Amino acid sequence: MNPVPDIFRILPEVILTLTGVVVMLADASLAPGCARRPLGWVAAFGTIFALWASLWQLSLPVGTGFYGTVETSPFTVFFHVLICGIVLVALLLSLDTLPENSHHQGEYYALIVFGAVGMCLLTGAVELLLVFIALEISSIATYVLAGYRKESGRGPEAAIKYFLLGSFATAFLLYGIALIFGATGTTEIYEIARLVPVEQHQTLVLASLALMLVGILFKVSAAPFHVWTLDVYEGAPSPVVALMSTAPKAAAFALLLRVVYEMFPTLRSTWAPLLWVVAVLSMTVGNLAALRQENVKRMLAYSSIAHAGYLLAAFAGLGSIGIAAASFYTAAYAAMNVGIFAVITVAGGYDEERRTIQDFRGLIHRSPVLGGLLIFFLISLIGIPFTGGFFGKFYSFTSAVEGGAVWLAIIGLLNSGLAAAYYLRLALAATQRGEEEKAKPRPQAGIAVGAALMLAVAATLVLGIVPSDVLHAASAGAHVLAAPPAQPQILGKITPPPAR
Amino acid sequence: MNPSITSLLQQAVPLQAYLLLSAVLFTLGVIGFLVKRNLITVFMSIELMLNAVNLSFVTFAHQWHAVKGQIFVFFVMMVAAAEAAVGLAIIIAVFRARATLAVDRIDLMKL
Repeated sequence: MNPVPDIFRILPEVILTLTGVVVMLADASLAPGCARRPLGWVAAFGTIFALWASLWQLSLPVGTGFYGTVETSPFTVFFHVLICGIVLVALLLSLDTLPENSHHQGEYYALIVFGAVGMCLLTGAVELLLVFIALEISSIATYVLAGYRKESGRGPEAAIKYFLLGSFATAFLLYGIALIFGATGTTEIYEIARLVPVEQHQTLVLASLALMLVGILFKVSAAPFHVWTLDVYEGAPSPVVALMSTAPKAAAFALLLRVVYEMFPTLRSTWAPLLWVVAVLSMTVGNLAALRQENVKRMLAYSSIAHAGYLLAAFAGLGSIGIAAASFYTAAYAAMNVGIFAVITVAGGYDEERRTIQDFRGLIHRSPVLGGLLIFFLISLIGIPFTGGFFGKFYSFTSAVEGGAVWLAIIGLLNSGLAAAYYLRLALAATQRGEEEKAKPRPQAGIAVGAALMLAVAATLVLGIVPSDVLHAASAGAHVLAAPPAQPQILGKITPPPAR
Repeated sequence: MNPSITSLLQQAVPLQAYLLLSAVLFTLGVIGFLVKRNLITVFMSIELMLNAVNLSFVTFAHQWHAVKGQIFVFFVMMVAAAEAAVGLAIIIAVFRARATLAVDRIDLMKL
């Protein structure tokens, strides 16, 4: 039997849940006029504690808890740390940028933390029921956050679009789960992996794979399932976009890795070409459309679609190489994307007084630090060496080449060149001297925002200068995931064969 | 249910029929989602899709004699209820801000 108490397997989630409940209850019991900002600090400290708990989980033996539903392994710890880090930065960012008088600030912090619970759980789930519930916990929290500015008209519009398309995608994923349950009689990922090769109803299995891929690719906003991304990113508050363009996507990519590499490794000949096509489409559509955008947030939304494409290129890699490359890219993408949205939040204002590329003219003269950071993150997004973006792309395309998808790597490289055009346009605008800019007030930034930016910069630099440690962590996780599913006993699971 | 009625039902209606019905309902939900022009109807289409999936789960649970499928259905219903609460709240927020529920007129942000 499993010597580790089950509760340790979900310790970070427990800590996050308790933090969220405390924040929510404290918000409800505080007097209406009372400042809610300390609640944000409570949420941030809870997240730090959860991050520490995830790291502590590394000392546990790899295995599952709660009747084989939740796994702790270097893979889950990698994504837990990543997600907690993103959530921490998003919380710090919100602490200083949310207007003092904004409504329901306590709920806002609680929702971010509850969303983090779902995302963390999603990366550790090895039972499809838990996958579904975790996905919904994270999604429902982010639907509400997307519409946080409900008085502006754009907020509810973003929320409803996100909600409808997100639920639509979930229904597809759920149908896929139902079909794989019908084909194998179980919803445990390891069991399914064991049963799929000997399954007679291959049509059901293939239909299930297709439906699940549709559902997950919607969540990671890969083309052709990307249409919701633009409006949602434009309408949601910038700190929320910093969170939801990275953390739920990291969780969804972890799920995708689990589904294709752990659940359906034998169907590689089916899913690899599909993901090839989706990767090329995402890169090309994202980059071509971003070229024409004037609105900075929409441009970055298209850029995030393109980055989903670069990330999917890593899936062409075989086994642990592909998984490690994809995990690394997720981390690199998260660091630089959170960073750039943090800069956009501070420079553009919470109510987005500055939206278009022209509005960012002369940023470096108004605020050298912010302008410099904007250019730094843009350089990382382009993928210039000594930044996380470079090694992310490097590993991703190397993995694709090693997996035999040379053309995918070539298309990816061409696309990276194309992408430089619109990133540089924003960078150039920031360095040009605007005439009327002197009149506009300098962007204000407090301690929390400073800490958030520092974290993002440090992460991007570490990933770009000394990537080996993170790559080691990613590979350690990848080896767990790519282990042959033929010996489920290794993972401490004793399950009777399903009744036929 | 009376065991004799259950067996009679099984003879009269094969399991494939339930699966087919589930697939048809799911497809209708997808079509409704794509063509309907009112937010409430679009939302109802999603609920139809979820319930179609539930029907599949129950059928497969019966086929495998696995109670897991039925448990799954309970969780889906529970999550659908939570989703409905959030979804309807968002729809109300949209209506307050725009005074319309027509999908075509919720277009402050252009594609």
